[in-house]
Amino acid sequence: MRVFAGLATLVAAVALVGCGGDDSNKGSLTVYSGREEELVQPLIDQFEEKTGIQVDVRYGNSADLAATIAEEGDNSPADVFFSQDPGSLGAVADKLVELPQETLDRVAERFRDSGNRWTGTSGRTRVLAYNTEALTEEQVPDSVFDLTDAAWKGKIGIAPTNASFQAFVTAMRLSAGDEKTRQWLVDLKQNDPKIYEKNTPIVEAVAAGEIDLGLVNHYYLSLVKAEQPDAPVANHFLAAGDPGALVSVAGAGVLASTGNRAQAEQFVAFLLSDEGQRYYTESAEEAEYPLVDGIPARSGLPPLETLKGPDVDLSTFGAELESTLEMLRETGYLS
Amino acid sequence: MSRGAGGNRPPLPLVLAATVIVGLLLLPLAYLVLRVASGGGRSLELLFERQTLDLVLRTILLVVGVVATTILVAVPLAWLVVRTDLPGRRAWATAAALPLVIPSYVAALCLLGFFGEKGLLQQALGVERLPDPTGYWGALAALTLSTYPYVFLLTQAALRDLDPGQEEAARSLGASRGRVLFRITLPSVRPAISLGGLLVALYTLSDFGVVSLMRYDALTRAIYLQYRSLFDRTPAAVLGLVLVALTAVALALEARVRSRGRLYRTSPGAGRVAKPIPLGRWRILALVWCSAVVGMFLLLPALVLGYWLERAIVSDRAIELPWREAISSLSASGLAAAFAVVSALPVAVLALRYPSRRSRVLERLSFAGNALPGIVIALSLVFFAARYASPVYQTLALLVFAYVVRFFPQALSGVESSLIRVNPRVEEAARGLGRGAFATLVTVTAPLARSGILAGAALVFLSAMKELPATLLLRPIGFETLATEIWKLTEVGAYSRAAVPALVLIGVSTPVLYLVSADRRPGRGGVD
Repeated sequence: MRVFAGLATLVAAVALVGCGGDDSNKGSLTVYSGREEELVQPLIDQFEEKTGIQVDVRYGNSADLAATIAEEGDNSPADVFFSQDPGSLGAVADKLVELPQETLDRVAERFRDSGNRWTGTSGRTRVLAYNTEALTEEQVPDSVFDLTDAAWKGKIGIAPTNASFQAFVTAMRLSAGDEKTRQWLVDLKQNDPKIYEKNTPIVEAVAAGEIDLGLVNHYYLSLVKAEQPDAPVANHFLAAGDPGALVSVAGAGVLASTGNRAQAEQFVAFLLSDEGQRYYTESAEEAEYPLVDGIPARSGLPPLETLKGPDVDLSTFGAELESTLEMLRETGYLS
Repeated sequence: MSRGAGGNRPPLPLVLAATVIVGLLLLPLAYLVLRVASGGGRSLELLFERQTLDLVLRTILLVVGVVATTILVAVPLAWLVVRTDLPGRRAWATAAALPLVIPSYVAALCLLGFFGEKGLLQQALGVERLPDPTGYWGALAALTLSTYPYVFLLTQAALRDLDPGQEEAARSLGASRGRVLFRITLPSVRPAISLGGLLVALYTLSDFGVVSLMRYDALTRAIYLQYRSLFDRTPAAVLGLVLVALTAVALALEARVRSRGRLYRTSPGAGRVAKPIPLGRWRILALVWCSAVVGMFLLLPALVLGYWLERAIVSDRAIELPWREAISSLSASGLAAAFAVVSALPVAVLALRYPSRRSRVLERLSFAGNALPGIVIALSLVFFAARYASPVYQTLALLVFAYVVRFFPQALSGVESSLIRVNPRVEEAARGLGRGAFATLVTVTAPLARSGILAGAALVFLSAMKELPATLLLRPIGFETLATEIWKLTEVGAYSRAAVPALVLIGVSTPVLYLVSADRRPGRGGVD
């Protein structure tokens, strides 16, 4: 029995330690963040310091958190949903309230919900990462439609299970039509692209010369360069209007079920304040684009105004995702 | 199995307790049924799509492969360390059980870090390209690595408990050693092997980390992709129910295999220890086998983690030991272990002491949710708790409950394995002398079955330490465990820094392994 007594004491002690500090969060703001802790916690710390409002953050995958918000019904403890992609925000848009006009006005219309329920907070563009030893920039295609050329057989890296690749396919469907997109997917498949789970390994593979080109977001380059400054890899920005030049956003919205609406709106407003936006220019590990006019992009990046992706409405991405996944499944990218 | 306490009807409180517990375990299943029902006809269409069939076949292929490989690896190893004069038996036994503390996603990362592109092997050989380690074989290797200890530990315990009388009788009647091994020894431990195989099968069915990292398209990966498609949660629920159906098949198969096993004992009570079988010239081969298994499944992950750790040390970032996360992990897992065995007791007592069709069904039902991936269990508890039990939502209590739901069968297998060996006559004597049913359970049965109870608790503890998907969605805000810390760092590709929490996780789990594998035969010390 001594073992049991010991075990019971241990469990009791451990329970005390474990439960301590759980309940001290009353009256603070709760944020569900699909953005990584490493990336946004410093920004949230700045908000806490500035306003004195304590922010509790639940970090997770954006889509998982969207599913969680959906399952929570009207009882979500979350006040703000801070998402990695517009799709997850769109999926729970019916659970979000309209944002104040002055917050919305900070950001160009193409970077926010047409129903005003969420706004983009930072931007990113799709690029072709290329190996600078294998190719000169002139040799890199200006359109993703050229990637089906037999010259690129086995030399392209993609991450079809990754949300950013799927958003790009959605953009292609919306701008070039389903038929052309399906054909492109079929033709690309003939070209034996190498499949990766995430973007970073693609850029690393390009840097290592295992593949020549990678379809990725622009900021993975700076992450890889931070680890290996001399890596022979660079970004090529695609032609204006090409679906491969999609400019997408991470964004935030306030939940309708919040009991803290004023503070929640204050948080979103902070993300779009000059201070909150300069974070992306100055200190964020990922060199994303600030979205507010007058805050310059990090040096070395082409200005945001020069990036002209396809003409698509980001707020439809959530609703379109299912058809995109269906197409990816039918063309054999997801299995 | 005997009819137990006189074959009479079970006491009502016991039936009630067991029913309530199993009812709670079925919450995820209820959630799936609810989701599918609200999806209407679309759900059935999906069920008969070709792709669903492909997923099922690929999943079955993986489960069969992993179960077969774990048995091939673990059973010879268990026999060698228990029954032969293999040099260094105790050390081999400890080393062979150790991979149980390595989370399967860490195992997969390590295999990729070694055999993968730009991995250690490629660097060491200095070659351009190695065969792709992902896909079926990669998933098979990573899952074998992290699950074979289930078969090993259960077989090892069964071999230790074996009465040597039968084997001696067979030998004295002229049977060769090989004949004794295949006709007496192995059939006698078949129930243990089959139960271990079942745990492996359930683990493989529910695992997401490995199939995702190895890019093998199994049902769980499809379920995750469906959830990521955001709008319609019905398809994921349909696939979840397919997993439950596969679990039912696995349970039925296991019951068949197990019932053909034989559990003879010539003498009840304290067993004798069998004389070790001399290996002779086979000794070298046995040592090569043990080295290969331990090298592949223990040293290789250690090497890769060590390499990453070294990179973390030379990089300029300061290394912080994740103590707070370690305490969180320990507390949640410790509570889960305690609650799991406490709730397993009534179910096990009912099934073993009052065997009937109903009690057997109840026992088997408790396995229903075990093959479901963590995300399904997590979302089902989000659904029920946020709507109907908001005070416990996102508290430690709900997280612990999720662990109990996920790992209940491990507690049950531990409790049942030792309850089988407690003579019901002892309990009857206590009852005859005036103890009540509950008092008998607490003061007589539980202490006698303590080794199994501790082993079950330790298995749950180790699994909960490694759990990730349910932890991410259900933990109290700010409650970071070692597993979420590893996730956080690997998510941004910081493998070198992720090695620190991974090693701490392995470090604090290892002592608990002793509870599972300790030799508790009379005169062998062990936990007492």
